[in-house]
Amino acid sequence: MSMNAGKKGLKGATILLEALEKEGVDLIFGYPGGVLLPLYDALLDSPIRHILARHEQGVVHAADGYARVTGKVGVCLATSGPGATNLVTGIANAYMDSIPLVVLTGQVVTSLLGTDSFQEADITGITIPITKHSYLVKDAREIPRIVKEAFYLAGTGRPGPVLIDLPKDILAMEIEPFPADMYLRGYQVPGKGDSAKIAEVAKALSECHKPVIYAGGGVITAGAGGVLRQLAEKASLPVVTTLMGIGCLPSGHPNLLGMVGMHGTVTANYAVDDCDLLLAVGVRFDDRVTSGLGHKFATKAKIIHIDIDPAEIGKVIRAQIPILGDARLVMEEVLDALAGFEVPQVTDWWESLHAWQNNYPMKYDKDRLTPQMIIESVGELAGEDAIIVTDVGQHQMWAAQFYPIMKSRNFATSGGLGTMGFGLPAAVGAQIARPDNLVVLFTGDGSLQMCIQELATIAQNNLPIKIVLMNNGVLGMVRQWQKMFYDQRFSGIDLHANPDFVKVAEAYGIRGMRIDSLEQVHSAISEAIKHPGAVLLDFTISPDEDVLPIVPPGKPITEMLGR
Amino acid sequence: MLHTLAALVENHPGVLTRVAGLFARRAYNIDSLSVCQTDDPELSRMTIVVHGDDQVIEQVRNQLNKLVIVHSVTDLTAESVVDRELALIRIQVSSETRSEVLQTVDIFRGRVVDMGRTNLTVELTGDVGKIDGFIKAIRPYGLLELVRTGKIAILRSET
Repeated sequence: MSMNAGKKGLKGATILLEALEKEGVDLIFGYPGGVLLPLYDALLDSPIRHILARHEQGVVHAADGYARVTGKVGVCLATSGPGATNLVTGIANAYMDSIPLVVLTGQVVTSLLGTDSFQEADITGITIPITKHSYLVKDAREIPRIVKEAFYLAGTGRPGPVLIDLPKDILAMEIEPFPADMYLRGYQVPGKGDSAKIAEVAKALSECHKPVIYAGGGVITAGAGGVLRQLAEKASLPVVTTLMGIGCLPSGHPNLLGMVGMHGTVTANYAVDDCDLLLAVGVRFDDRVTSGLGHKFATKAKIIHIDIDPAEIGKVIRAQIPILGDARLVMEEVLDALAGFEVPQVTDWWESLHAWQNNYPMKYDKDRLTPQMIIESVGELAGEDAIIVTDVGQHQMWAAQFYPIMKSRNFATSGGLGTMGFGLPAAVGAQIARPDNLVVLFTGDGSLQMCIQELATIAQNNLPIKIVLMNNGVLGMVRQWQKMFYDQRFSGIDLHANPDFVKVAEAYGIRGMRIDSLEQVHSAISEAIKHPGAVLLDFTISPDEDVLPIVPPGKPITEMLGR
Repeated sequence: MLHTLAALVENHPGVLTRVAGLFARRAYNIDSLSVCQTDDPELSRMTIVVHGDDQVIEQVRNQLNKLVIVHSVTDLTAESVVDRELALIRIQVSSETRSEVLQTVDIFRGRVVDMGRTNLTVELTGDVGKIDGFIKAIRPYGLLELVRTGKIAILRSET
């Protein structure tokens, strides 16, 4: 060993924990292992709280859920080799949805690096495409700088996961503490927009007749919900949101037309198709919105694209007015600039929009136990401050369509990657981050079983999460597509050997309830909410419930089935 | 069309992987790539020749700029630039063809850097077109081995 070996000082692990504290970290989600022994030893003397999950995928999704509902950087920790590779899905998930994470992984001692040693995996190499940046620490003196840079990179600009790989000998190395100066010459954070372009936007807004704001996750990230609302109200602009943008305006706001895209509202899709001005804010024209048909999307509109990531502007759709900047700052500037212009004449436009809303309401059968009804019932009983977490699949889309989200950061869902198994651990992270809020997880019997081991984390930490399980005995979304687009040839979707989920919950010390009739729904949900601990509500629903409306794959967004 | 991009990047291990990986996963086609340390030992300069229309090239530049290790990216295509490539070429020769080959080397201002009984090795510097032209000219004699550095480029001075 070189580099100050034997010299009295602090251990790398202690320096790391102190650097984390300086970044305001009071909590990390982790799972130990051989190379992390020096760090877990140092944790005992640190004020930082450690939450032990039951699988590294749970670790990273919990940190992700924590970050989504707070806006802070989530921190997670896993050991080398399989510990690190088990994080990969969660890192990709956070990367796709621009969630700020600092991911700490243990690594084998530097002398064994590259020798295929026990529990060695090249995690920095593996995660290059799914991290904003990554570090392999080769000297403990670099730890303070790297930690500072990692938090800055993760949390600024377009947020994302940053990975720090920590060889065991670096964690054990004793060194003199070293100052932390960031060295990031190649990194810039856009702020305000270009003022000439802002003036162009104000002019375009005043001259248009059929405007639409298309708001995405970037609005939530930037904390721009408030200014979005002011702008929408001032100029009577209708707003459609992406899945990630849900919560940027409160549900029921008169300007809100709902979600746009594959499972969006008919009105939102028609509005985007027919508009003459599309103000796209913090969105990336994802194929679940555009059907992958950029050239057929909002063809009549002048497109304004506000984004903090220059690589998103022009990636899918060429905007007539591209504005690089922070969504909140830019919209504030637009709002100010609008003062010099007339507000747009949109009375006729709103008449068309209201007509579509009346003709094509979101609807479902009220005489049976349906998932939509369950979601609306939770919405009535859970209160405005409830945090809604979802897994991935039909239940996720029903929640996006029918749950009345009233606030930013109260809806956590895996948008870009669509990661089944995200929900349960993300709910853990959300509940730990915001212990005073009611946390409700909507999940399915497919998704739940992908990270079901995290029920133990819920039990161990006494987290009062309400798990609403839509149990249909099949992989519902895949089945729906097979039903609609593959001639009802059902393949690989049968989950009939499911366990009794009520008993599973009880085995973990969590209350389980089974609900299989319409009459029980309200009372069961009320009872679950009143119960001081976690509850799993196992709702038996039909495998034939569909998510509607739906834009068939490859079709323009106006061609919705189930209108 | 072909674009020549000059990227200033950090001179650390793994930087090339990050850049090359970006090109691979976004399906951009690299024609050539050359890397060298600059006078600032902290920085390397990459000259990347890449195929694509203006929209693709803009994406490439933006995506490259997103990498934390990339400090700047300049498109040298539209600018007035000097570009060069170095090639080492081993050519088959016999007593009958030797003088013709040497003449061709002369015309292209190449230099013979090694000579064997049945072959000779030529060093050639020039723009890509010149090197392509030379290869075409000597191919009939027998091209045994070819190494090219890929293009490097620099802006012409303004005066």
